[in-house]
Amino acid sequence: MTTAVSTQTEPAVAFRDLHRHYGEVRALDGLSLDLAPGELVVLLGPSGCGKTTALRILAGLDIATSGTVMVGGRDITHVPANKRDMGMVFQAYSLFPHLTVEENVAFGLKLRGVDRAKRIKRAGEMLELVGLSTQGNRYAHQLSGGQQQRVALARALAIEPAVLLLDEPLSALDAKVRVQLRDEIRRVQLEVGTTTLFVTHDQEEALAVADRVGVMFQGRLEQVAPPTELYARPATPFVAEFVGLSNRMRAEVSEGTARVLGAAVPLLEGSVTQGSGYALVRPESLGVTAAEGDANGRVVSVAFLGPISRVQCRLDDGQLVVAQLTSAGASRLSPDDAVRVDVGADAVLVVPG
Amino acid sequence: MRTSPAFRVVRVVLLLLFAVFFFGPLLAMLDFSTRGTNGSRTWAAWANLVEDPELNRAIVASLLLSLFTVVLMLLLLVPTMIWVRLRVPRATRLLEFLCLLPLTIPALVIVVGITNVYQWVTYFLGDHVLNLTFVYVVLVLPFAYRAIESALSSIDATTLAEAARSLGAGWGTVIGRIIVPNIWSGLLSAAFISVALVLGEFTIASLLNYENMQVVIALLGKSDANTSVAASLAAIAFAFVLLLLLSVVGRSRRTEGKVT
Repeated sequence: MTTAVSTQTEPAVAFRDLHRHYGEVRALDGLSLDLAPGELVVLLGPSGCGKTTALRILAGLDIATSGTVMVGGRDITHVPANKRDMGMVFQAYSLFPHLTVEENVAFGLKLRGVDRAKRIKRAGEMLELVGLSTQGNRYAHQLSGGQQQRVALARALAIEPAVLLLDEPLSALDAKVRVQLRDEIRRVQLEVGTTTLFVTHDQEEALAVADRVGVMFQGRLEQVAPPTELYARPATPFVAEFVGLSNRMRAEVSEGTARVLGAAVPLLEGSVTQGSGYALVRPESLGVTAAEGDANGRVVSVAFLGPISRVQCRLDDGQLVVAQLTSAGASRLSPDDAVRVDVGADAVLVVPG
Repeated sequence: MRTSPAFRVVRVVLLLLFAVFFFGPLLAMLDFSTRGTNGSRTWAAWANLVEDPELNRAIVASLLLSLFTVVLMLLLLVPTMIWVRLRVPRATRLLEFLCLLPLTIPALVIVVGITNVYQWVTYFLGDHVLNLTFVYVVLVLPFAYRAIESALSSIDATTLAEAARSLGAGWGTVIGRIIVPNIWSGLLSAAFISVALVLGEFTIASLLNYENMQVVIALLGKSDANTSVAASLAAIAFAFVLLLLLSVVGRSRRTEGKVT
């Protein structure tokens, strides 16, 4: 349900060569990124990669060591947090405990001097938007974690912010609620059309909601691309291994193709151009069939995951690989079966061995 | 949890024993303060609490001291503690050390140390019993700090402040409209404990030659024991009511909003 967003117009948000150093530690090391109006960009990366630092600098809750932050063409690098017009949802529950849900949602409007009748009307609309219109008189401790985060979303959107910032808003929730709320955040974001920066370490979450995903590592952006491109055409070994599963399989590269398990596979940009290396092959690019004469490995285990199954195989040369099959296909395989493992035609990234 | 009859009996017996232990002396004080000549009963000593001008003045002085101490303590401590927690967390240890320091210094040493300072206070503000406010603020710091600190620790002040800031709140609004309402029970505890402490303070006032309630009660004890005991009992009862209020207010705040 992602929408193609043009990045040709003036960016709604622009980070320009942003650095944030804590002594020797470089939390951000030259981050540059544009967000188009109405776009939802997810910053994805492991803990300590600088994604939350970038978001907090945009919110004004942290200060960049150097670099510029622009919103709507205006330099806001030195504007205090309370003058930035950002709606933010935090990882920790952040509803004001002494206020009701409705008062929480109306808080930002009250600070802006909006009169009471308009505040109540707007708070009602926002609660309606997140499906909590009947909970206005409750207090935070009377709501579930998922409901609290919805209210926090309504509160952030009530002030019609220039940018919506989501700092791992789902990580405190259980798996089922997380998926529901994730889809809901995307629905609401598309409905109101607010430019959004979403920070998460959960790749599934990132791929599911983003227009574009920026993968961060050690304070730098490794790649920024729409989810499908990021998955199919990872630009760096880190992206290939961090986003989705990858098998590291021995490969010989010559004349623009890689030979993996005897098959010729096209190369992705950034691969080794000559000689041996390791191809990063997605589990779904591997085929596993029961075989006798031309077998090249044995099944180690089969993990049933509903519609799909993951089959772990030990190849004759000792490599351990994981293939993803339909559960119907995998049901014919048992541990220790002799099998033939083949590589599909999807382009792969080959990294030096 | 179900309790056995034997356990209930033990509980009642213990309760009675403690009641006798606590209320026995208070009843004895009440008895003594209302004892007249030839076995009669009189409320003259209690009437003195409002009629004796010296005692009256001392009671008013102690009540005003409580009020000023609480106000000054809150004005000093609350913004400082919130600011340190939100903006300079590395100063937490230093603040804690400074606030707990008075607990480790005997009253006599405080008086010796503070006498010179008080010469200046007297020079600028005149010689008045209410000058004790300053030293009392120092004296109540350890207790007030603990009460406020535990209330602050029970909320995620940093996230609440950041949420409020992102919605457009300045620091004054963050402190006054977000943090303070959520540490209200801690502030009440700090205030009530400070009042109880100030009402019972004798040593420093006596050594600095000021006449607060306890000093006058001690003086009265030598000339009019009945009034002295009546005043002591009234002070204890007042502190008791304060602490009772504290627990009731604390409980009602904990349960508020839980029923819709």
